[in-house]
Amino acid sequence: MNWKKWSLLLALVFAMSIFLAACGGDDSSSNEGGDDTDTAEEGSSGEEGDSGETALADDQTFNVNIKTEPPSLHPGKASDTTSSAVLDQIFEGLTRINQDGEPENAMASDIQTSEDLTTYTFTIRDGATWSNGDPVTAQDFEYAWKWVLNPDSPDTDYAYQLYPIKNAAEAKAGDVPLDEVGITAKDDKTLVVELAQPTPYFLQLTAFHTYYPVNKNVVDGKTEWATDVSENYVTNGPFTMESWAHKDQIVLKKNADYWDAENVKLETINMYMVEDENTELQMYKNGELDWAGSPTGSIPLAAIPSLKEDGSLNISPKAGIYYYSFNTEVEPFNNVNIRKAFAYAINRQGIVDSITKGEQQPAMALVPPSIFEENKEGYFEDNNVEKAKELLEKGMEELGIDKLPVVKVTYNTDEGHAAIAQAIQDMWRENLGVEVELNNEEWNVFLDTMGEGNYQVGRMGWIADFNDAINFLEIFQSVGGNNYTNWENEEYSALLEKSRTETDPDARREILREAEALFMEELPLAPIYFYTNLWLNKDYVKGIEVSPMGSFNLKWGYIAEH
Amino acid sequence: MARYLLKRLGFILVSLFFIVTITFFLMQAAPGGPFASERKLPPVIEQQMNEQYGLNDPLYQQYFDYLVNIVQWDFGPSFKYVGQSVNDIISRSFPYSLILGAEAIFLALSIGILLGVIAALKHNKFGDYFAMVIAVLGISVPSFILASVLQYVFAVKLEMLPVARFESFAHTILPAIALATTPLAFIARLMRSSMLDVLNSDYIKTAKAKGLNERIVTYRHAIRNAILPVVSYLGPLVVAILTGSFVIEKIFAIPGLGNEFVVSVTNRDYTVIMGTTVFFSVLLLVSILIVDLIYGLVDPRIKVAGKGDK
Repeated sequence: MNWKKWSLLLALVFAMSIFLAACGGDDSSSNEGGDDTDTAEEGSSGEEGDSGETALADDQTFNVNIKTEPPSLHPGKASDTTSSAVLDQIFEGLTRINQDGEPENAMASDIQTSEDLTTYTFTIRDGATWSNGDPVTAQDFEYAWKWVLNPDSPDTDYAYQLYPIKNAAEAKAGDVPLDEVGITAKDDKTLVVELAQPTPYFLQLTAFHTYYPVNKNVVDGKTEWATDVSENYVTNGPFTMESWAHKDQIVLKKNADYWDAENVKLETINMYMVEDENTELQMYKNGELDWAGSPTGSIPLAAIPSLKEDGSLNISPKAGIYYYSFNTEVEPFNNVNIRKAFAYAINRQGIVDSITKGEQQPAMALVPPSIFEENKEGYFEDNNVEKAKELLEKGMEELGIDKLPVVKVTYNTDEGHAAIAQAIQDMWRENLGVEVELNNEEWNVFLDTMGEGNYQVGRMGWIADFNDAINFLEIFQSVGGNNYTNWENEEYSALLEKSRTETDPDARREILREAEALFMEELPLAPIYFYTNLWLNKDYVKGIEVSPMGSFNLKWGYIAEH
Repeated sequence: MARYLLKRLGFILVSLFFIVTITFFLMQAAPGGPFASERKLPPVIEQQMNEQYGLNDPLYQQYFDYLVNIVQWDFGPSFKYVGQSVNDIISRSFPYSLILGAEAIFLALSIGILLGVIAALKHNKFGDYFAMVIAVLGISVPSFILASVLQYVFAVKLEMLPVARFESFAHTILPAIALATTPLAFIARLMRSSMLDVLNSDYIKTAKAKGLNERIVTYRHAIRNAILPVVSYLGPLVVAILTGSFVIEKIFAIPGLGNEFVVSVTNRDYTVIMGTTVFFSVLLLVSILIVDLIYGLVDPRIKVAGKGDK
């Protein structure tokens, strides 16, 4: 009898010990991290200090996770960050964003701009070649861009990236023949681009993947050239694609014929497609990855505090904003004072400190501080409960109601969004005495709900395509598109139109600031925080910067001796 | 026999038709579409995309076009992965799921049956309790927890096996174990109870009374009869392992079909949803048919062809 009971107990103990061992291991590793907090500063200062003096390792192989299969590696068809992270390494546009975030000449060796900023003349670099040996010509650019603008070209979702070019939008709609689009190859080396209006950030755009050239001679007439590695997949960037195992791994090799090949140090780049962020972290810890997190992967929320404590987490600002959109057509959010009251009553610092934990910046403005530095302060005070109560009373008076209706917050199903929504629910209930209901929806359902304006308050976000304030401001110029707030304002729209023809950068900036101030006075949304890039890299990985737009250039990366 | 097979194939086709129809309309009824994104497309471009993928046609026409294509086993292009056809996606990801699934089923069957038999033979003794504790743990610990624990212990701490991905046999060991545990536990319990039943039946007592060797009684008479419930569980199990490996495939970064199946629904990648659903349905229906045929082999008393069909 006794023997039976003992054996049962023994079996249980064995089984439990497996789990205890696993949990115990976790604890001890985070404790170890906690002991040496001072390494944090060392880590981050060392990161910026290096400038290429370190000796190179023999094995220049860089292993990184890109999370998912890139939906398309056709520069004209790609419309997502994963594809663009691959394309940025294997193709090159007229310009390339350098380590300081400024566009510099790449395929173009010289760029002339007309006085009114609407005509750009690009001279293609001598010695710029395709990976099959053909020279890169102006016609290649003309062909690639016009192909995207052709209404018959399939899967060209990002054609609107080319809309600053004269007649581009009209040609895509089929109203104007392609010949009248402002893209002309004068000869093999000269590309003239006419813009619809002055676009101060145009040279940022020419570094974007929709503006990459394709080899006309090879690609013309072939529809499926970009679906696999083949002799038709011809590129012009610092790296070439060696293999593409779908949903598994992409291997890039250094392109020896690249015009700036002497400055390219990495020989091999392994891009793995590991979807699970915990797995990504384990692989990084195990040495199977040299890089984890932004821009191509992500760091699990639960791991952030311990990584921050042991000083290995890198944080850089990202040009993006997380916000709660108000539906300005439904009560009570049709009243500006009520909107303000709700926006002021949020404790952003609290959310950033205890929920997102990635040192995001509390947002009291629309345009991220990486573009408008003044916005570190913002237009109002964070967590101003007194003011919020005042405004709420005033707003309710204006609306003629003495009790607020139940407010519903809509967000797409996600751990992080849910935690923030719960915190805000609590703040609004506490500070404004309003009943708040939470409503989470599956991603596609959520987009549908928001698009139909069938909501009161909804979570949203925006990450810049290029480093310019207009990217954030123009969303709200008119109702529709990405403006879910149903808010529009003539004065605001007029200011933006004025900024489009202003050729003086300072004056233009003033106009945009003015527009933002107006927007913050109307407040059709409650800004929450500005995003940050979070990543881990091994000490020996050097020369790779994560840009505020959430991309990186491996061209300048290298592996130091270790 | 041939008539029986024909009849069953007929049923399969009818079931498939219903599955295709119901999935098609449910899918269309779901809010959102394949081109929905946080960044709204300009209406002109969205219109062109819908046109190119035939989403502007009336629904009945889309439905009939689809039926015609499916009869030719052509699932069309993926909406999300530009230029890749659903047939390509299935044929490149299914082998991963298949290898993993085969390993998992092998593990589940061999160890599960062994544990079940031991438990039944050592009824209410140490062996029984040991096997059943394992079984209860296997059923109650979710596979994603087990997967993370395995990953942590064997890959991170002991550094015996790789953390994730699918390149060699060593890569498949952890995911196969994680995938096998739940069915293994289930099979063990199933096997134990049916084995206990059989061991108490008259013919086993007779065999023992005749003085037959214990081993022969167990192997030739008891297991063969006791295994029937496990065989009927095999059909759904095969498909459940292949489709239900989404979590395991995600954690171990395996480019298999289970992942594709789930992700396509979130993406509203219509053609992939339909393609994988049809593919899995065919798999399920065929494996159930095969199980029924095996049934007849294991237990000659069951006539698969039914009465009056000799």
